Amino acid sequence: MKFKGRVWKFGHHVDTDLIIPARFLNVSELGVLAKNCFADLRPNFAKDVEPGDIIVAGTNFGCGSSREHAPLAIKAAGISLIIADSFARIFYRNAFNIGLPILEMENAGDSFKEGDLLKVDLMTGEIQCLNNKRKFSAKPIPPFMQEIISAGGVVNHIRGKEAR
Amino acid sequence: MTMTITEKILAAHSDKNSLCPGDLIEVDVDMALANDITAPLAIKVFEELGRAQVFDTEKIALVPDHFVPNKDIESAQQVKIMTEFARRHHIKHYFELGESGIEHVILPEKGLVVPGDLVIGADSHTCTYGALGAFSAGVGSTDLGVIMATGRTWLKVPETIKLVFDGQLRRWVGGKDLILFTLGLLGVEGAVYKALEFSGNTISRLSMDQRFTMANMAVEAGAKNGIFEPDSVTRSYMEGRSVKKASYLRSDPDARYEKVINIDTTLIEPQVALPHSPDNVYALSEIVPVKLDQVFIGSCTNGRLEDLREASRILKGRSVSRGTRLIIIPGSPGIYKRAIQEGIIETLLDSGAVIGPPCCGPCLGGHMGILAEGEKALSTTNRNFLGRMGHPKSEVYLASPALCAASAVLGRIGDPDQL
Repeated sequence: MKFKGRVWKFGHHVDTDLIIPARFLNVSELGVLAKNCFADLRPNFAKDVEPGDIIVAGTNFGCGSSREHAPLAIKAAGISLIIADSFARIFYRNAFNIGLPILEMENAGDSFKEGDLLKVDLMTGEIQCLNNKRKFSAKPIPPFMQEIISAGGVVNHIRGKEAR
Repeated sequence: MTMTITEKILAAHSDKNSLCPGDLIEVDVDMALANDITAPLAIKVFEELGRAQVFDTEKIALVPDHFVPNKDIESAQQVKIMTEFARRHHIKHYFELGESGIEHVILPEKGLVVPGDLVIGADSHTCTYGALGAFSAGVGSTDLGVIMATGRTWLKVPETIKLVFDGQLRRWVGGKDLILFTLGLLGVEGAVYKALEFSGNTISRLSMDQRFTMANMAVEAGAKNGIFEPDSVTRSYMEGRSVKKASYLRSDPDARYEKVINIDTTLIEPQVALPHSPDNVYALSEIVPVKLDQVFIGSCTNGRLEDLREASRILKGRSVSRGTRLIIIPGSPGIYKRAIQEGIIETLLDSGAVIGPPCCGPCLGGHMGILAEGEKALSTTNRNFLGRMGHPKSEVYLASPALCAASAVLGRIGDPDQL
């Protein structure tokens, strides 16, 4: 799977209360979650994200709560991929389960800046920054997890396997 | 092969005799739980999988606790989805309002988790049950939906970090201070994917309520689970409490750990986590004693009887400072009733506290005490990220019930010796 998109840059320890504040957890509708993604941290985010955009962050992205609303809000807002130094463990599982691609890359936070245009190959982990032509390597995700992403999440993946 | 208690419990629930950290395994789940905000998504996933029934009607717990008594129309709809699902599928452990309380308080209280169990919950503080010597970890709603259908999940065996606490506890220092100190030491990513094993002679003297407090916050260091080896304190707690068969496991004496951290408890003072991170921890003596608009005592971290008793002892005969709101929420109807019987609730009311119904309340910025712009709160909860308890320009400090009770009287952060 290949991606091309504009970078939205975040720092370290971006927690789930920032990604989707608890006052929006009384709903499950994706449209509402998308509209309120990063409501307190970057109020313009939801409005300005374009489908295909990429989030780049530092360490421990998604720390805090287990709320699946967090990756759901990010995906529904239009983000196609998150590249971070590292992810918190529940967020990592949740992202795969709902079919939001993520990549771990050392020093991701320092390698890209807001607005950079990136080309990414999820299978190989290769990232190219189109602004300066530099190439980077992220840890490619294991094949069985690539299947989950390609299926669009673990439910589709399970149903696909049962159908065969 | 030698194993830690975490590895032993995982092995016992898989088809493996022994395990190594890093192994990917499939395990059987003894108890799967969700609450009113995570259950609706899990139910949707369950229904998409097209199964006619849940894997076991007695191994699932659905607990309305976050936004109940129903906070608004949307929350009421979410609880309704959970209630209807529970009735349709004959879920034994569904709790109606009146018998419900905070999930991580009522499940152990009712004997639904026993030592040796493998518990997976759609809530990050599921790690709380590790206090009983169970393996207990949080996941998201999709994982929980799949577990409700199949009774199984996949896990990666974690490395274990062993924390050895030795020494006498100082005055006003308890489980909350020990875990805050640990978070200050490790940081919010210091234990990502790891098991945190709590041991040492200080721990062996710690009550079960205080062990729940410590295990509860293991996730704030990024840990997969927190765990205590069950001992005489555990057996005493479990006496007559559960019909389930318990397994009292211990780590092998020569088990391998990723690292062992020795902590001299005698050096630990009462601790406070400053905004906006649970690892932004300082000793009380090192911080500026800020004025407080609100103090909250409750949550799955410190909403148990011992916590209320401690608060009551300090508040007896004293008044909450004018201009500071004190909100106290017992974690379960059982705790609330015992607190009434012991005169605790009367003492708290006389001091000027507001008592809420058993629920998560303001902990995650739900209801029952939200903060306005610029307000500062001290609470016994587990997270203080930006906007956690209300306005993004409010501040949350974390501490023990003893410090919170004293601070409510002082109107600023302080300890009972300053009263």
